[in-house]
Amino acid sequence: MKFRTLFLGLLGAVVAVTGVMSMKAAYAAEQFIPMLVYRTGPYAPSGIPVANGFRDYYTLVNKRDGGINGVKITFEECETKYNTKQGVECYEKLKNKGPTGASLVNPYSTGITYQLIPKSEVDGVPILSMGYGRTSAADGRVFKWVFNFPATYWSQASAFVKYVSRQEGGWDKLKGKKILHLYHNSAYGKEANATLTALAKRYGIKLTLLAVDHPGQEQKAQWLQIRRKKPDWIFMSGWGVMNSVAIKEAASINFPMDHFVGNWWSGSDADVIPAGAGAKGYKSATFHGAGTGWGVHNDIVQNVYGGDKAKAMENKMGEVLYNRGMVNAMFGVEAIRTAMGKYGNKPMTGAQVRWGLENLNVTKAHLKALGMEGFTQPVKVSCADHETGGSVMFQQWDGSKWSFSSKWLPPLRDIVRPMIESDAAMYAKENKITPRKC
Amino acid sequence: MEFLNAVFVAPFLDIADSPVFFAEVVIGGLMSGVMYSLVALGFVLIFKASGVFNYAQGAMVLFAALTLVGAMEKGAPLWLALLIALGVMVALAFAVERFMLRKLINQEGIILFMATIGLNFVLEGAGQIAFGSDVKRLDVGLPDNSFEVGGILFNTFDLSAAFIGAAMVTTLALFFQFTPMGRALRAVADDHQAALSVGIPLKTIWVVVWSVAGAVALVAGIMWGAKAGVQFSLVLIALKALPVLILGGFTSVPGAIVGGLIIGVGEKVAEVYWGPTFGGAIEGWFAYMLALAFLLFRPQGLFGEKIIERV
Repeated sequence: MKFRTLFLGLLGAVVAVTGVMSMKAAYAAEQFIPMLVYRTGPYAPSGIPVANGFRDYYTLVNKRDGGINGVKITFEECETKYNTKQGVECYEKLKNKGPTGASLVNPYSTGITYQLIPKSEVDGVPILSMGYGRTSAADGRVFKWVFNFPATYWSQASAFVKYVSRQEGGWDKLKGKKILHLYHNSAYGKEANATLTALAKRYGIKLTLLAVDHPGQEQKAQWLQIRRKKPDWIFMSGWGVMNSVAIKEAASINFPMDHFVGNWWSGSDADVIPAGAGAKGYKSATFHGAGTGWGVHNDIVQNVYGGDKAKAMENKMGEVLYNRGMVNAMFGVEAIRTAMGKYGNKPMTGAQVRWGLENLNVTKAHLKALGMEGFTQPVKVSCADHETGGSVMFQQWDGSKWSFSSKWLPPLRDIVRPMIESDAAMYAKENKITPRKC
Repeated sequence: MEFLNAVFVAPFLDIADSPVFFAEVVIGGLMSGVMYSLVALGFVLIFKASGVFNYAQGAMVLFAALTLVGAMEKGAPLWLALLIALGVMVALAFAVERFMLRKLINQEGIILFMATIGLNFVLEGAGQIAFGSDVKRLDVGLPDNSFEVGGILFNTFDLSAAFIGAAMVTTLALFFQFTPMGRALRAVADDHQAALSVGIPLKTIWVVVWSVAGAVALVAGIMWGAKAGVQFSLVLIALKALPVLILGGFTSVPGAIVGGLIIGVGEKVAEVYWGPTFGGAIEGWFAYMLALAFLLFRPQGLFGEKIIERV
């Protein structure tokens, strides 16, 4: 009896050790990327397409290319519910997974990003907060581990003012124009306020800042004020249900929808569909295309969904936020590929990926090869500039789909960059950080 | 000095300067108040009949609206989808009685409250599993146009909501006051055991009241869902009902509607005239402050029953 127990115990141990070793061997050629997602909760309608875009792009790279330079991507989703506390827990849970730990983290929440910024350097995990998070992280001299290309909230706000000037017929026509910023009453929503205030001062714009409390289901008081103030243009920094309610309220007071412009987190399919026909003409900023008219979508249909386009569409392919997740995944993948160019074709550590992010150069030719020509703008990151000052496009909802309604508009770097540097310098002082020399 | 002026002088001068706009703010507040009352009613019904604060009321609103939209997406016409959703809410009431309340007869209120927290998670999860987490557009054919009368903008959808809310409150108030079932419901709310001892069928009462609360949740879900799309955030509208309940009283149907109107008008007036002084977006916490102020003078709420206990 004792011999039998001993034998079974030894057998179990051998099986366990072999299993662990084979898992290690399998891991050895894999690049792990954590995925902080929100497929449930009040922000799920926005979180699902983003998560699907990430998932499908990683799967595409594995199936079409055999991974990044032969190194397979592995990823694991962790549900944050767009809750900062749960997001940080997810990060802690996933940061050491894979043979080299987390390659990089895409927090997909400004709140979570703020919490992870101090952790990133300690843990050696770079943050890619693409178009969200802390704007002044664009100053790479202070924020070595954080990247927010291709553009930030502040650049976006300046591009919006530029767009208005184009629509009105020139910069001089802005004087006396009434612009109202309707924003989510959170750190995210307030991001554009400082830039808009500075630009209002420069161009003589009459600016009104109007906050909406979370979650934004009830906005009667704000729209009564808007009706009274009669702004010429409204810029909205909303999220989730706030966006669809605002669009519906705008329609109900007969506000001209082509003068109502959301930021790039207020311009998804889930924002306009509930408002029905009233949403027609609504505009929003963006830094990538909407729809499925690019080569990369065809690749996803063929390689990820086995040619079943209906299934791909069911998984939100082509929706604005799906495409955003896809672009974000592409930047991460290309940063890892850039790092491999220096360190060799093997799983990269977080520090190596950080180098890859800082030396990322996605050219027009590169985008063409990826099936994304004209879909988004080229990006060239540097040690000092983690934002790249990328251009912003404006899109318009025609009742059934989004279409580009402007050219790519470069932001007003002369006003935004000094503000970024000033805020970063203040952060460096508060946190006793010596800025790098770039 | 500037601050004192912004708080105590400027808003009143503004109101005197533009009385038409002030009237529009008040009317807007009344319309919003009706929408809050629709949600608060569900809480009141269940509290009246079982003495339990139903934490799952927001989830019931979501679940009912999801069922309605789900049926419509499958091709059911509106009337059939309404019947299906109502049927599902009645079935839910039976399930709640059979699997939750029956086992908790005569338990402390806090135990029942905890059970409703569990129910909340079940409904949230089941709703999302069955119908997904996407935003769903809900069009029940209510007119949604705006028109001006004397410089005041009215919205036909808001007016419809007000009419539906008023009709529902009147019906429920009459039901509670003048029917044997209504009296039985009030008896159960006072004391489970005493009600049982005089032959009131507790199980039937609970099924009836949860069914009615389910129907109210369906109406609230339709009105809020038609406004912002049917989505998970409907659960959060329960937060809007809390100050209404505190103010109106947990046991009064008319209290829910009067409380809703006071909160609606109060928060809109505060947001428009005092919001800019405090950085904006004050209506969320202002509603609770207003309710708190009323509590100082009437701890049971405006219409709540005064509890006198022998000690």
